[in-house]
Amino acid sequence: MSWVLLIEQTLNGLQFGVMLFLMAAGLTLIFGVMGLINLVHGSLYMIGAFAAAVVAAASGSFLLALAASLAAAAVAGILVEVTVIRKLYDRDHLDQVLATFALILIFSEGTRWVFGSFPLFLDPPDYLSGTVFLPFGIEYSRYRLSLIVIGLAVAAGLFWMIAKTRIGIRIRAGENDREMIGALGVDITLLYTLVFALGAALAGFAGALIGAIQSVQVGMGEPVLILAFVVVVIGGIGSIKGALIGAILVGLTDTLGSFLLPKLFSLILAPSAATSVGSSLASMSIYVLMAGVLLVRPKGLFGGA
Amino acid sequence: MNLKPLLVAAAAAALATSTYAKNLKVGMITTLSGGGAGLGIDVRDGFMLAVEQSGRNDIEVVIEDDQRKPDVAVQLTDKMIQSEKVDVLTGIIWSNLAMAVIPGAVAQGKFYLSPNAGPSPLAGKGCHQNYFNVAWQNDNLHEAAGAHANSSNYSNAFILAPNYPAGKDALSGFKRFYKGDLAGEIYTKLGQTDYASEIAQIRASGADSVYFFLPGGMGISFLKQYADSGVDLPIVGPAFSFDQGILQAVGDAALGVHNTSQWSKDLDNATNAAFVESFQAKYDRLPSLYASQGFDTANLLISAMEAADVSDQDAFRAALKAANFESTRGDFAFGPNHHPIQDIYVREVIKEGDVYTNRIISLGLEDHSDAYAAECKM
Repeated sequence: MSWVLLIEQTLNGLQFGVMLFLMAAGLTLIFGVMGLINLVHGSLYMIGAFAAAVVAAASGSFLLALAASLAAAAVAGILVEVTVIRKLYDRDHLDQVLATFALILIFSEGTRWVFGSFPLFLDPPDYLSGTVFLPFGIEYSRYRLSLIVIGLAVAAGLFWMIAKTRIGIRIRAGENDREMIGALGVDITLLYTLVFALGAALAGFAGALIGAIQSVQVGMGEPVLILAFVVVVIGGIGSIKGALIGAILVGLTDTLGSFLLPKLFSLILAPSAATSVGSSLASMSIYVLMAGVLLVRPKGLFGGA
Repeated sequence: MNLKPLLVAAAAAALATSTYAKNLKVGMITTLSGGGAGLGIDVRDGFMLAVEQSGRNDIEVVIEDDQRKPDVAVQLTDKMIQSEKVDVLTGIIWSNLAMAVIPGAVAQGKFYLSPNAGPSPLAGKGCHQNYFNVAWQNDNLHEAAGAHANSSNYSNAFILAPNYPAGKDALSGFKRFYKGDLAGEIYTKLGQTDYASEIAQIRASGADSVYFFLPGGMGISFLKQYADSGVDLPIVGPAFSFDQGILQAVGDAALGVHNTSQWSKDLDNATNAAFVESFQAKYDRLPSLYASQGFDTANLLISAMEAADVSDQDAFRAALKAANFESTRGDFAFGPNHHPIQDIYVREVIKEGDVYTNRIISLGLEDHSDAYAAECKM
């Protein structure tokens, strides 16, 4: 095993992590501010990817496709919030889980109804395809490198928004004491809709970015949703900083785990047994990480005291 | 006035009322929603096309969606057998569902015609006289790929498959025929969509070729990321990652890849040409190998109905076993364990106009059976 390979795998883990962050950021904000368990987040991811695929096919422009993913997911998010979610804030979590799970089914079958069961085509644009050479002779996918840069830029933007802008202050206030900011004259209904739309747009954006290197198909959001929940739990509910650190931790653990564990076991086991045991353990690794974090910090790394 | 056509029609009608007095009821449980729906829809459409073309009105097909969940499939089977009282069951795509459903169904005296899944236990020790597989035994296409790797002079292959029973069958099928060394062997997570880590390992491994079994969406992701990674080793795969349903989503990334299949749309026989044309006319898309399997399954059933009544189980079974139907694959026969003996071809992904599709480049394995037939005591 060479250092080049290890560095490449670390970059892969980082790329996976920042994309998870886009999903987890919305999820953690929605849970933190509104106390809502939002399973429909995975469907918004799917909607973003489908919107991007349709617009890319019609216009040929990847940037336009990304804009469409943001818009479509935000609009879908607002619709869902206004028609369904708004009635659920005062209900308990089980009702929310049931209702948002129903929405997953409705969105999935609705998408199948419109687009059919076969995956759609979405490719990275030509100017982002191929590979770049990094220092030390590392050859790395230009698109994945762009994903890392975009993800980190979005993270920086979110931090700035939460820390410096008026809307950010309201979001933080909403997390701490929603009755009080209502009493201070902030339109809490509008704030909730805005936060939901923001989270939805981020999810849709992630769906479009990832859809270009994976497959755009019905049900693509649910596996990511589960990982995003793991990230939120590790990072601490409601914390953007926690979501970023948690996402990168999960990304690195998953990528390096599935790469290194089989190698580790091959030192003591026969090759085929090592691959089999190693891969089984690797798929557990992020849940082991989550359990470990919860043992030491039951509220997550950056959860409130 | 010529009375002959009228007489023929009258005779045919009389024959129909006497021989086909009893309707045959088929229960089709397949995957019509969720991630794997494309495969089930193709099987269903192929099957129904054959039923429609036969012009028979004594076949009743009850279709249910298993959602790719074994528990749902088992419930539906109970319903089909107990309340619908079907004679023949078919439709299952996934091996884990097949293992949950088929042994129980055949033990209750129903016929099962598998249009896709061919798990090894049901081909070997767990074979049953009422179970017929019209597609292949799971290992078959992978064995042909191993043979193709030999004839392409690949001697250091990197192989990967998902970590579940059919994935393990795949790699053992490949290794059964492949004679070279392995540069690496990886089991990925089932449903994994990001292969950056595996591709980095392929790049570092010094392999001279890559073999992968990643059906459905997994294959799309892998191929797109592989094409974008700058690794340009030749790829070999089974048809499952290059079927008509997913090629359009993969795009240029799949062009030129060799894959193994028992069927291809350019297979040169009259049945297949008619099938491809009528499928396209009816559904406005090209058929996949799954659609051809559904079509063959229905035609096998119809051929058995012409020879025997389903209430006479022994005669009906013998009629199925005879496989006296025109297959889209050309030659088709059942081995002693009721699994196909058939040719497996090597195909290449090409672009015809705007459409990505496959064409046959060579015969991979001729009259190929499976490795488990000897274990079957029927």
